[in-house]
Amino acid sequence: MPHKAFFAFIMPSLLAMLLFIALPIVSVAVQSLYVQHERVVTEVETCAPFAGCTTETRVDAEATEKLRHAEPLGRFNGFGTYLDRNHLATAEIGAILADNAGFADIASRIYNLPFYRALAFTLTYTFVVTPLAMLLGFCIALGVNAIPPFYKGPVIFFSLLPMIVTPLVGALILYWMSSPQGILGATLQSLLNDPTLSLKSSAVLTWVTLLVYGIWHNAPFSFVVFYAGLQTVPHDTLESAMIDGANRWERIRFVVIPHLMPLATFVALVQLMDNFRVFEPIVGFSAEANATSLSWSIFNDLRGQVDQLFGSAAATSMLTIVGVVILLSPVLVRTWREFNRR
Amino acid sequence: MIVKKRRRPLPLTVLSTTFVLLWVLMAAFPFIWTVWGSFKVEQDFFSRDSWWFAIEGPRTIAQTGSAFTGDGYYGAWVLRDFFSSVVNTIIVTVSVVVISLTFGTLGGYALARSGYRYTFWLLMLALVFRAMPHITLVSGYLLPFFEMNIWGHLPTAIIVLVAINQPFTLWMLHSFFLSIPKDLDESAMVDGCSRFQAFRMVVIPVMWPGVITTGLFSFLLAYNDFAVTAMLLSQPNQTMVPKIASFLGTIQQEGNVMFAVAAVVSATAPLFVLVMFFQRQIVSGLTAGAVKG
Repeated sequence: MPHKAFFAFIMPSLLAMLLFIALPIVSVAVQSLYVQHERVVTEVETCAPFAGCTTETRVDAEATEKLRHAEPLGRFNGFGTYLDRNHLATAEIGAILADNAGFADIASRIYNLPFYRALAFTLTYTFVVTPLAMLLGFCIALGVNAIPPFYKGPVIFFSLLPMIVTPLVGALILYWMSSPQGILGATLQSLLNDPTLSLKSSAVLTWVTLLVYGIWHNAPFSFVVFYAGLQTVPHDTLESAMIDGANRWERIRFVVIPHLMPLATFVALVQLMDNFRVFEPIVGFSAEANATSLSWSIFNDLRGQVDQLFGSAAATSMLTIVGVVILLSPVLVRTWREFNRR
Repeated sequence: MIVKKRRRPLPLTVLSTTFVLLWVLMAAFPFIWTVWGSFKVEQDFFSRDSWWFAIEGPRTIAQTGSAFTGDGYYGAWVLRDFFSSVVNTIIVTVSVVVISLTFGTLGGYALARSGYRYTFWLLMLALVFRAMPHITLVSGYLLPFFEMNIWGHLPTAIIVLVAINQPFTLWMLHSFFLSIPKDLDESAMVDGCSRFQAFRMVVIPVMWPGVITTGLFSFLLAYNDFAVTAMLLSQPNQTMVPKIASFLGTIQQEGNVMFAVAAVVSATAPLFVLVMFFQRQIVSGLTAGAVKG
């Protein structure tokens, strides 16, 4: 296809991506260097008869509004926002490292800084949910592969539901069930004989709930892909393995799993990308007191009731984008090498 | 080829069947439970005494005279105007699907038919774009959109969702177009078609399965989105998912939790129907990228 025809065909799509994905990234980068204007403060002298004169400082709302309107970006702040307490918190980290009582103290104090708190949960969620969901999906695929064909359709139908359903809605459904007045929460209370047990009250239990939700939501994707892969496992190889005396487990270990390996890489890549942006479950489970994620902190900055903290949200966004690039880099490097070898 | 039936030992069969049953229960039970509970009153579905109340519904009978009540649905759809957000959702999803597929088929076709190196780079770029968390992009839109005075309108959210959708659509349609032989459009061009005519009249008619599958996924993205629609739409233009989230903010009032439950069930129902009718396409779409890529 000649260049001209190619660009004519791809132009609408490319234009949409450049305008609404590439340009916003530039916009985020610019915004992260600015910080919103401080309130304009004026000194007013009030003189009352007999009491003398007092000067007081007042916020000049009109002037503040005017200034914000004239320069919506705010004032230039350089990398200040990146380093402040709500982001990388370099000063605080330095202070913690200089004066602390052992490793546990360092960890707990760093965990109290908002950015590291969000990062800790985001990374835990990404790297716990992805492998466990893939493992569960693989087991389901093996199980479904063995049931009579007549039941496969309905089983696949129900298996797709946790993945297809809107993430916020799925999270809400599980949240209601696991609340102390819901069926799961009440059952847990009576099983553990602890009438005050609430999944929301402790940080550990909240994390576990969110991770369980993540596995429930992500397993069907692995299941469907692995199940399709199982249909293409070569029978000759399986049979020769049987003749060589491989038992059931060895056949799975040495024939089926190597056959599914390329699929597993693909699933892992997609799941890592999706889990890194974990956001809706935190809103759905109202878990922000005990678990926040990078996406949630951006959302929280933007949703501010009084001021929308564009600068702060943009700085977190930039740090998130750096995280995404680090996460993707092994894939990108490998693809680049393979492409050059061709 | 004759596949010999492999015999499995009985304990293994029992174990694996139990496991599958357990999983189906885990996957389906929350939905069945919530659909059932949405026809009860709050004191039954969120009972402080026993969850058995949610099944029999004694308080529902006491309050409304029948074991099932549509009060939650009435409250959500009529009193809290869930209806208008349903209309907004329909407008948004239909537009997103149509525009995404138009852009995507053109772009995907070009990527599949051009042999130059830059197609590879465009696909890689699309992969990086696909990985961007949506909320980071939203934080880039907000200020410019406020300044341009286009914040809050449905068309803004639609074009943003189309753009966010493009990387995935391009990848998927590209792999579907690769499976259609090049000879088809080349012979049409020999017969005197222009490139676009060949695309429109020869390639697209054989591409329908791929287009439908990709359309399903575009639909799901637009329908399930929360980050973009919650931040970019003004109150009266809200779609279903942000509307449900806004119910949660005001659930202190009694009865409002059931409004949210009813709204959640209403928003899930179309997805049930979708999976029921298009199960085959969804499965093939999920595996298409994996098997070919």
